[in-house]
Amino acid sequence: MMTEQASSSSVDPNSVRKVVNVKAPPDVAWRVFTEKMGTWWPLADYKIGKAKAVDAVVEPRVGGRWYERGEDGSTCEWGTVLAWEPITRLVLSWDITADWQYDPNLKTEIELRFIAEGKNGTRVELEHRRLDRFGARRDEMRAIFETQGDWGKLLQRFARAAEA
Amino acid sequence: MTNAERVLDALGDPTRRTVFKRLRGGARSVGEIADGMDVSRPAVSQHLAVLKAARLVTDRAEGTRRLYVVDARGIDAVREWLDGFWDKTLAAFKAAAEREANKESKP
Repeated sequence: MMTEQASSSSVDPNSVRKVVNVKAPPDVAWRVFTEKMGTWWPLADYKIGKAKAVDAVVEPRVGGRWYERGEDGSTCEWGTVLAWEPITRLVLSWDITADWQYDPNLKTEIELRFIAEGKNGTRVELEHRRLDRFGARRDEMRAIFETQGDWGKLLQRFARAAEA
Repeated sequence: MTNAERVLDALGDPTRRTVFKRLRGGARSVGEIADGMDVSRPAVSQHLAVLKAARLVTDRAEGTRRLYVVDARGIDAVREWLDGFWDKTLAAFKAAAEREANKESKP
């Protein structure tokens, strides 16, 4: 109950928070997140380059780049490493607009915390914050609203049902 | 009622869907929306009020005219989108980390 209260008192309309409990120790969770991102990131859906993306890379240091690599060897920036504290805390800047374009001025932030839980578990907490920085980009927001947002999907589903 | 339900209710009416679609091309006055439709201006105003309550539409004064536009509510829309995005991405991460942990515990 304590955690419920703690989380509800810190609800920030400017951020999205997620928690996932992983049955793997923190060192493994950290390594898979940072070194093997390309093995699990849904690259088919979430990438920005023209080439087919084959890897997602986080350079292991503050100031390091976070980018995707295409099968043709090209790279596309996603953001940079703002905090690198193995195996407990990682902060990445996310400079990707809502319509999946790189904009170095955007700078929303993703903070990840890896917290040991039980003998072989990790509680991974994610906060994607400073979302108001998307606010200046009304056109993209509208594109999301109309094409790919959950709300947009809801409307599409509704439209199909309504037309049936 | 959740906003999603309000949205569904608001768009449950075919005339309101038409009104909403007409705004997707840009800001329009009640008269411009009603033009060519088989409904009166007061009826269009009523439909706009329902769309506005569902946060599908917002309005602004421009000189003596009141213009209606699609309500972007940028951050809300983005939060919803990111919410789904992170659910999917973290689920994939969890599966990969657990596969790796299993592999390492069985040498």
